[in-house]
Amino acid sequence: MTSSKQRMAPGRMMLPLQEPSWVRWSLTAFSCSFLILFLVVPLVVVFTEALRKGFGAYWAGITDPTAWSAIKLTVLVVGISVPLNLVFGLAASWAIAKFEFWGKSLLITLIDLPFAVSPVVSGLIFVLLFGIHGWFGTWLDAWGLQVIFAVPGVVLATVFVTFPFVAREVIPLMQEQGTEQEQAALTLGASGWQTFWYVTLPNVRWAVLYGVILCNARAMGEFGAVSVVSGHIRGKTNTIPLHVEILYNEYNFVAAFAVASLLALLALVTLVAKTLVERRIHFSTTSLEPTTVES
Amino acid sequence: MSIEVRHISKSFGNFTALRDVSLQVHDGELLALLGPSGSGKTTLLRIISGLEVPDANPDSEILFHGQSVVDRPVRHREVGFVFQHYALFRHMTVADNIGFGLRMRPRATRPSKSEIRDRVGKLLKLIQLEGFGDRFPSQLSGGQRQRVALARALAVEPKVLLLDEPFGALDAKVRQGLRTWLRRLHDEIHLTSVLVTHDQEEALEVADRVVVMNQSRIEQIGTPDEVFHHPKTPFVMEFLGQVNVFHGRVTQDKIELDDPFVNEADEHHSGSRPQAVYARPHELDIQRESTNGEGIAATVRRLHLAGPIARVLLEAENGGHVQVHMSLERFYELALQPGVAAFVVPKNGRVFDATVAAIRD
Repeated sequence: MTSSKQRMAPGRMMLPLQEPSWVRWSLTAFSCSFLILFLVVPLVVVFTEALRKGFGAYWAGITDPTAWSAIKLTVLVVGISVPLNLVFGLAASWAIAKFEFWGKSLLITLIDLPFAVSPVVSGLIFVLLFGIHGWFGTWLDAWGLQVIFAVPGVVLATVFVTFPFVAREVIPLMQEQGTEQEQAALTLGASGWQTFWYVTLPNVRWAVLYGVILCNARAMGEFGAVSVVSGHIRGKTNTIPLHVEILYNEYNFVAAFAVASLLALLALVTLVAKTLVERRIHFSTTSLEPTTVES
Repeated sequence: MSIEVRHISKSFGNFTALRDVSLQVHDGELLALLGPSGSGKTTLLRIISGLEVPDANPDSEILFHGQSVVDRPVRHREVGFVFQHYALFRHMTVADNIGFGLRMRPRATRPSKSEIRDRVGKLLKLIQLEGFGDRFPSQLSGGQRQRVALARALAVEPKVLLLDEPFGALDAKVRQGLRTWLRRLHDEIHLTSVLVTHDQEEALEVADRVVVMNQSRIEQIGTPDEVFHHPKTPFVMEFLGQVNVFHGRVTQDKIELDDPFVNEADEHHSGSRPQAVYARPHELDIQRESTNGEGIAATVRRLHLAGPIARVLLEAENGGHVQVHMSLERFYELALQPGVAAFVVPKNGRVFDATVAAIRD
């Protein structure tokens, strides 16, 4: 290394794998301006618009009963869909990464389905299934159950849209880790459940957390699918994104941006958490230093 | 505890890993399964452990101490298994790794925390890693990791120890050290052990008996001496050390050699060759003059003197190569140089005739 540094010293020499400086600078400048234009500016706009009429108006926008009910519904939906998808994601990853079975590639493809289908279409599927004129509509109605234009529909749509997140994060890591540690656990007398709990899960815990963070962010922010099934009933079936849309359409900009700022804050928190977790994943797979934080 | 397997076969799709293999491991012995990759040795080991299930066959049987264990799952077979790539739990400390098997026991048979700690401490001492209990596997060298893996396997007091190429991922120097250590350890604890390896030196040095495997079958079972000095098949002869193959015959009192075989590129001939005489390099001698027209005329090509013996490579008139090993004294007596003409004379040699081939098939 010292010799290459010495060769660098005269100034105009370049490392063999380095681009000329004008290329590097223009690439950096392009990326930065792109980021500012499409990410930073909108974020700033959200907060300035929200606080345009002072903190009092901002607070009033958030604490309005309909806004509050939208927040509560969103928390409920997230509280149901994220744990469900955590369990599903772990089960699917374990099956796919550690076992051989018929139809495995089909299952992998199906897990990606919600990414491939437009959220609006996903919503429509549920309307066609559970709506009053849908396949199960009459049957549900006979039992007095309402799915579409009610909370269950919102939950269903969110679960569907967010179910790939945990599985997609965990499957590649589990596949990379192979099954040798599990085999070792079995020869040491551990049961299947103990093996999963003490060996498999701790090895993927950061990937699981990463998946949960992404799943959570998407569940809170989902608009398309939820919009189709919710019916936009104020104070009842509106989640935060739907409520923002309604306020905006009513020209109530301050309240709209105030509520939107909650989602923007969530995005920031998610980004920070994601970065921290990513570092952990990187740490535990490549570094010689072990992860010292025990689950 | 003795192990016996009878008529075990195993195929993976179109690939046959084991073909009707039967084998006995005596109580307290260290047995090596030796063979090239793909010979079925690891599959056999995994079937003994229960990690792999043999093909269904009414005659097949796996017995531990005379009792069938075919229906017993891995976790109830009480085997210690050491993997080639250690398979340590990397999120656990060394001590937690070693104590894992004990912690997983059902409450009724689980030792108390302090008992586990004591047992782990003793094992750390046994593997000469006292004071390493709080480290993580990633902070250890390969040799240390494999010793931890061994301690982890021993912690549950298995009835049988199975080692799958345990030193395969380590460098030569460390291998040598661990090999000696493993043999010493075995002499201390006398645990029935099966070691899989493709390194004939390792097998011959460590094991009480060696099982040489090739192409899904057992070629020969015997003590290291037996398999090395009295190989039953050409494969065993060629796999266990260097060998020269000549056209020729062996009669009651005489070994006659013609030309060496030229095509030595494929190392492991599976079939016996007609009229082929096999001789190890140390079973040949070199003479500067031919007496009574005996010996194969050859030219000295290369000398390799860095070691306890002299290794001489000669080229016969038909282009075939001959390897001869001799004492350094004998070498200096002959005053050989590259390019010098000489005659190769057999001191010993053997043929594997058609009857042997017939038995093998």
